[in-house]
Amino acid sequence: MKHVIVGAGPAGVVASGILRKLRAEDEILLIGGEPEPPYSRMAIPYYLIGNVKEEGTYLKTDADHYKKHRIDYLQAQVTKIDPKKKELHLESGKTAGYDKLLLATGAFPIRPPVPGIEDPDITGCWTLADARLIAKRCKKGTKVLQMGAGFIGCIIMEAIAATGVELTIVEMGDRMVPRMMNETCGNLIKRWCEKKGITVHTSTQVTKIEKRKDKKPRYLIHTKDGQQLEADLIIASTGVAPALDYLKGSGVETDGGILINEHMETSVADIYAAGDCAKGRDFSTGGYEVQAIQPTATEHGRIAAQNMAGVQTPHPGSLNMNVLDTVGLISSSFGQWMGVEGGDHAELLDEENFRYLRLEFKDDVLVGAQALGLTQHVGVLRGLIQTETHLGPWKEKLKSDPTQLMSAYLAKAQAQTLP
Amino acid sequence: MQKSLNIDPNKCTGCLQCEMACAYELEGSFNPAHSRIKIFHFEEQGRFVPYTCTQCAEAWCLHACPVDAIKMDATTGAKVVDEATCVGCKVCTIACPFGTVNYNQSSGKVIKCDLCGGDPACAKACPTEAITYVDANWTGLDKMREWAAKTDTGTTTAAAKPSAPAGH
Amino acid sequence: MTWHRKILRVNLTKGTCETEPLNMEWAKLYLGSRGLASKYLYEEIDPKVDPIAPDNKLILATGPLTGTSASTSGRYVAVTKGALTGAIACSNSGGFFGAELKFAGYDMLILEGRAKEPVYLMINDDDVRILPADKLWGKSVWETEEWIKKTHQDPLIRVASIGVAGETGSKYACIVNDLHRAAGRSGVGTVMGSKNLKAVAVRGTTGVKVENPREFMQVAQATKTDLKESAFTNGLTQYGTQGVTSVINATGIYPTRNHQQVQFEGADKIGGEAMFEVRETDGRTNMVRNSACFGCTIACGRVSVIDPNHFSVKDKPQYHNASGGLEYESSWAMGGDCGIDDLEALTYANFICNEQGMDTISFGASLAAAMELYERGYITDKETGGLKLKFGSAEALVEAVELAGKGEGFGKDLGLGSKLLCEKYGHPEVAMTVKGQEFAAYDPRGAQGMSLAYATSNRGACHLRGYTIAVEIFGVGTKLDPLTTEGKAEITKLAQDTTSAVDSTGLCMFPNFAWTLDQYQQLVQADSEGDWSMEKMMELGERVWNLERLFNNKAGLTTADDTLPKRLLETPAETGVGKGLVALLDKMLPEYYELRGWTPDGQPSNDTIKRLNV
Repeated sequence: MKHVIVGAGPAGVVASGILRKLRAEDEILLIGGEPEPPYSRMAIPYYLIGNVKEEGTYLKTDADHYKKHRIDYLQAQVTKIDPKKKELHLESGKTAGYDKLLLATGAFPIRPPVPGIEDPDITGCWTLADARLIAKRCKKGTKVLQMGAGFIGCIIMEAIAATGVELTIVEMGDRMVPRMMNETCGNLIKRWCEKKGITVHTSTQVTKIEKRKDKKPRYLIHTKDGQQLEADLIIASTGVAPALDYLKGSGVETDGGILINEHMETSVADIYAAGDCAKGRDFSTGGYEVQAIQPTATEHGRIAAQNMAGVQTPHPGSLNMNVLDTVGLISSSFGQWMGVEGGDHAELLDEENFRYLRLEFKDDVLVGAQALGLTQHVGVLRGLIQTETHLGPWKEKLKSDPTQLMSAYLAKAQAQTLP
Repeated sequence: MQKSLNIDPNKCTGCLQCEMACAYELEGSFNPAHSRIKIFHFEEQGRFVPYTCTQCAEAWCLHACPVDAIKMDATTGAKVVDEATCVGCKVCTIACPFGTVNYNQSSGKVIKCDLCGGDPACAKACPTEAITYVDANWTGLDKMREWAAKTDTGTTTAAAKPSAPAGH
Repeated sequence: MTWHRKILRVNLTKGTCETEPLNMEWAKLYLGSRGLASKYLYEEIDPKVDPIAPDNKLILATGPLTGTSASTSGRYVAVTKGALTGAIACSNSGGFFGAELKFAGYDMLILEGRAKEPVYLMINDDDVRILPADKLWGKSVWETEEWIKKTHQDPLIRVASIGVAGETGSKYACIVNDLHRAAGRSGVGTVMGSKNLKAVAVRGTTGVKVENPREFMQVAQATKTDLKESAFTNGLTQYGTQGVTSVINATGIYPTRNHQQVQFEGADKIGGEAMFEVRETDGRTNMVRNSACFGCTIACGRVSVIDPNHFSVKDKPQYHNASGGLEYESSWAMGGDCGIDDLEALTYANFICNEQGMDTISFGASLAAAMELYERGYITDKETGGLKLKFGSAEALVEAVELAGKGEGFGKDLGLGSKLLCEKYGHPEVAMTVKGQEFAAYDPRGAQGMSLAYATSNRGACHLRGYTIAVEIFGVGTKLDPLTTEGKAEITKLAQDTTSAVDSTGLCMFPNFAWTLDQYQQLVQADSEGDWSMEKMMELGERVWNLERLFNNKAGLTTADDTLPKRLLETPAETGVGKGLVALLDKMLPEYYELRGWTPDGQPSNDTIKRLNV
């Protein structure tokens, strides 16, 4: 049996490992699109800031990992899939056959349709190649304009700011990380950034970018609220989306992401999908969506591989969760952090010290949470949500003091207190 | 025989010698703030609950790590953070449903219990045997593990659960 | 190492928080905690200052062993000029606050001046802020801790605060940390309240290192084993300090009804064993479990729960949960000294003292004095506002403790302390105090060494300034006849000096039941740079004692203050081992002065000052 995995991000690499464990004799081919060995985008900010070398971003620390586990690795671009022939077409013109195929092709940066944005010197911050470019161009005093303050925008901010550049952020939403944090929290993160010397414009967007030949800084940026900003370097982190062009004509159904069932199977037999390209099941809603987060990618990869190996494993749904370090301020959000209808919440805010904790309940079950400045035992938020632990009297205790979280967890989830 | 930490809250007096011993093992100073075992105090019941990683088989932290920095020690079964490899992305801290992987802002890395290589300092320091290091079969950790299974996202390898539907 | 070599100085008048290097010359002479903080106080304030004036300072100090893995390393002291006594005050507390202060990177916190409005201090390692306490003023210790932890979103913050007693000027207000650990005596909480300082909150993450780690770990382990193997410290684990109730009462040195008797018929109902008796009403025991202060492998602390059917808490569900239980002195002061044998009522009164920040000993003894005034007709319902202050009345205790905690009604009078209360009503002879501070639970007529220890204690009557009971009654190390005066000056001096040294290390004095100063010395030596031989340790103890004495002398105290109430000096004990005896202080005091190297009028001689490098 031959398993082919397209995409060498976390989902693909995890899947390859599981497949090898479960199917000792099968052939496994892992196809990556980038020239480097499989690496983690999560590690890019730490590479940018100089905490790790490029090797430090690799998904496997052992250079011989793939060889040792008899996983064939191929750098190639897949251009087309032919399910009838069970074949992949590569950019080089070659083809590769498969018995089972996993699509783990990830997501790629998207840019808003703004005049001037097509300039080749405007970079994203998604790949190691992008990171190298940014590292090279960011010098003390360089004026940098970053479009977007989402998850990626925030996580690279510290590394960029640390180079001594003058950093300006333009974010379309009314706050920072609008897809992960509510207004209170998102604005607190904004204020934190401003305190760290970063200029942040929210509720506006770039409408036009002019490149000036004769003048420095070389970019003049117009915004929707009528401002004119200058920059030597523009970094676009305006979100990502699955790249699905190669699926045209394959019969694999997509809708903003590859559609899969609870066994991670696409609409075409023997083709599975996992990670940022797939609309996987969401734990909280039971619906299917692209979560595009690391823990979900690895979960997907694992479950897809089990199913590919013949171990029928349904996916109960991944919990949407994020942890973010914005210039040293740590935030996290879980599940239905925005609350649910008919639900209930607890909230604690210490604006001056950038601390925030908000818990969302449905009946006496925790269904979502947001935390700012919390670094200890933060995982119990996931634990409580995902086990759907009934909090009983502890719900009221948490409503009056959400910091009793760990006590509530030990009492109810671990039965560590007296009845 | 693999051993694991056995915790008996009924015996704990809340003295925090374990926290000191743990931090000392970790960084050569007495600093409970960086301890990997924590005592939680239920004032209203007069109850002290020591709490740390169970080295669960599911190992969410290990699987969630994007750079392969958490590995399993074959002898002890502990999931061990390799400081040199950890980039400090904190994904494991949200992935662990027990909340036993913590981010240490001063080092920029995460910390978790590694069973001190098979000779846990906390157990040695405990004056009341509320924390002991015993045969894995004996421990009250089973309960926690049962609970762990509830968080299961289908990530248990098939070897453990052949063809059975994982999850809830 | 050992010392962080850093002091945090907070001037509440100016609103400034500054750090400064620790004076290492002084540290080499006074080690830390009690000794070193006393040195700072001695050098920095005029001993004649009004204790509740802004010019008085309040020092919270750790010792070099605070925050290490040595057993009982959770201690800190509050040093100031005492509001109750007008003498130097050094109140020692356990719990977790002291270690946390050390972990935040400070050997000592010096609090100066007076804030214009109520404030609290928030220490997060290097980040120190004076914050408004308008939402906390008028709140109890328990509410204050809860509010601070919640507001700063960190359940691991440790808080030392005053209750309403400290706000309303009770003379024996204490500083309570970790809900029920107290720097209890001499009115240190009163001083804190006079500074408009509601609380000090700390979160420390910097850690503590020792000078010789390998040696230290070995000594720490060996000395813990000593504690584990000692019958004395095991007794503390099992019954807490309450374990001595029956022995002390049987011996006949258990002061009863304001020291009118020396044995209490109800003692066994309120002692250590009684706390383990199953109650008929709810099938539970008063005792829930024992608990430890930071780093303590003895864990003498009691956690108790009151019978929810008891009249004191029947309609007060907030007191149905577990909290800090009775220890011996508290049980005695509010129990035996008031003739009350109701364990549940005592536990309730103990909760309230913790909640509102009152010294259980001084409160209990002041109530005992008020009961005597009442029974003798010196005060009536008119003065007490209708409180029937009869010896033995648990109802009176429950009502009185609530009033005293809030500083309301007759509670205000109780808050004066025995001395001022009895003076106010014209009968100073009823006050059982030395230097204005109430006695602890040992009647000196049947343990003569305590006569001297009480009379010469630098902070007023106190059992922790020379616990001769250890050798006179328990025979720890050696056993002396409790009824004679021979050798008592020497043993008192030795006990005082040893305790002073122990109190300067940052450890608790309870290990001393299993250890000698040797073990403390080994720990200090392994932990700290410099020479800390036994000789140096004894010298340290004597130096500290003399420094405190010099402070008191400058404050205006004289040899006339080294005395006991007439009742103890003139009225013989009616029963017990000391039956027919009075406290024979006069026989011992001159010898004591001489041994100390003091002049007959109680002044340390120039030679002594020079010899000890005070």
